[in-house]
Amino acid sequence: MAQNTKTRSNQNNERIALIQKQRKRTQVQNTMLAASGILGFILIWQIAAVSGLVNSRYIAKPLEIVNLFIVKLTDPNPDGAVLGVNVMSSLAVSLSGFGLAVLIGVPLGLFMGWYRGFDSFMRPIFEIIRPIPPVSWIPLTIVWLGIGLKAKAIIVFFAAFVPCLINSYTGIKQTSEVLINVAKTCGASNFTIFRKVGIPSAMTLTFAGIKVAIGNAWATLVAAEMLAASSGLGYMILMGRQFGRVDLVILGIVVIGAIGLVISKLIDMLENKVLGWKKL
Amino acid sequence: MNAEKQDYKVVVKNLTKYFGDLHVLDNISFNIRKGEFLCVVGPTGCGKTTFLNLLTRIYTPTKGDLYIDGKPADPKKHNLAFVFQEPSAMPWLTVEQNLRFGLEIKKLSKKEIDERVNEIISLLGLEPFRKAYPHQLSVSTAQRIIIGRAFAMNPDLLLMDEPYGQMDIKLRFYLEDEVIRLWKKLGSTVVFITHNIEEAVYLAERILILTNKPTTIKEEVIVDLPRPRDVTSPEFVEIRKHVTEQIKWW
Repeated sequence: MAQNTKTRSNQNNERIALIQKQRKRTQVQNTMLAASGILGFILIWQIAAVSGLVNSRYIAKPLEIVNLFIVKLTDPNPDGAVLGVNVMSSLAVSLSGFGLAVLIGVPLGLFMGWYRGFDSFMRPIFEIIRPIPPVSWIPLTIVWLGIGLKAKAIIVFFAAFVPCLINSYTGIKQTSEVLINVAKTCGASNFTIFRKVGIPSAMTLTFAGIKVAIGNAWATLVAAEMLAASSGLGYMILMGRQFGRVDLVILGIVVIGAIGLVISKLIDMLENKVLGWKKL
Repeated sequence: MNAEKQDYKVVVKNLTKYFGDLHVLDNISFNIRKGEFLCVVGPTGCGKTTFLNLLTRIYTPTKGDLYIDGKPADPKKHNLAFVFQEPSAMPWLTVEQNLRFGLEIKKLSKKEIDERVNEIISLLGLEPFRKAYPHQLSVSTAQRIIIGRAFAMNPDLLLMDEPYGQMDIKLRFYLEDEVIRLWKKLGSTVVFITHNIEEAVYLAERILILTNKPTTIKEEVIVDLPRPRDVTSPEFVEIRKHVTEQIKWW
């Protein structure tokens, strides 16, 4: 019996090791493909720009963008702030709006999905707020809060809040009835079941919602900054347009893309921590 | 009479359940002795699962009631455990955390939980899988976690709803023996629902045969064969045939 278990344990370990090895191989392949995809894209871009296929009034060369990136690190012209300041000001807005959306939206969604009475109470308000485009709050927030951090953070909040709430709501609604019954037969109270079964079950969809939310947050941030700001990446893009500086516009876009990527990766890391059991 | 009553773990009195107009259980009364292994068989859709769900208060009865140790059944007060038909290990918990799940809900001391979990892990030979997640294991091992989790509760009453419904015959024999071993070792009272008659005769001390809806008890069959039971012995075959006849009768 003991030997039997031992062989089975070995078999299981072998199986897991094999799967992990295969997974690593596909991971390497995927990274290679991703890198060559980006390089290929930049190459085509450079060729198109250098060969005159596209008018240089409409597009800057990739190398010019790199050059401008280095220059903008120390030079506040033409929009009035160095790149670092723009990035920090955009990050402050997007992260505070997004953070607030996660902190409020996720628990609210979970509670609404679990407690029927609370759902009936909150749902009508939410359904009214949901279809309002976040950007349409801009005039009001400017009147209320000016054009500072708070006003823009609120607009970002509205954009990021909806997917956080909807996904955690749907996620917890999908909790398996059997797992709830397991906890129920152990004598768990409704709140304990919520905490020990509902919330863990909802995490997969919640994280999907958070990823949508960070995308929404950036999209709205740029819109908000284009309308009312004195610094920030959106503001920089707007200034680029006004001065006819295509390179500045593209630099803004690229930096936003890069920051978005970094933040998604950070969220992925957190997700791996919470939902790591799925990926073993 | 009174002394006899003391020995009953579960008393079911005039249990009746309607779902709207659908009459599922009709005035069922029976008792289960402490430490007994009771199998419940009946035609598909006869309300076996409804009956278990009433015992655990997932449903409330329309009429009548169930008493455990003389008090109305209540999962908050009584120590119940349930093995469901479907896989019901928490996918986000490791084997060990799954075994601890019910005990932590019962708020037992850490020392007590450690002891019980270690005992179950060694009884079921789960040591190599202690840190594994259910989806990394085979279906049968995952089902053993669930059975282990149920026995770890040291339940007053262990309810099993066709736990081996989806397994092949070899695994089934293996897990049936395992359940018997755990039952003997821990002295739990077990109600085991199945539609597999051979399984019922193999496991039970007593079999309750249910009728079609509205369900009543058709017959009680005492199985006093020695263990381990031989499924090919004439006595075994005879009981199996009898139970089959009774189910087929309507």
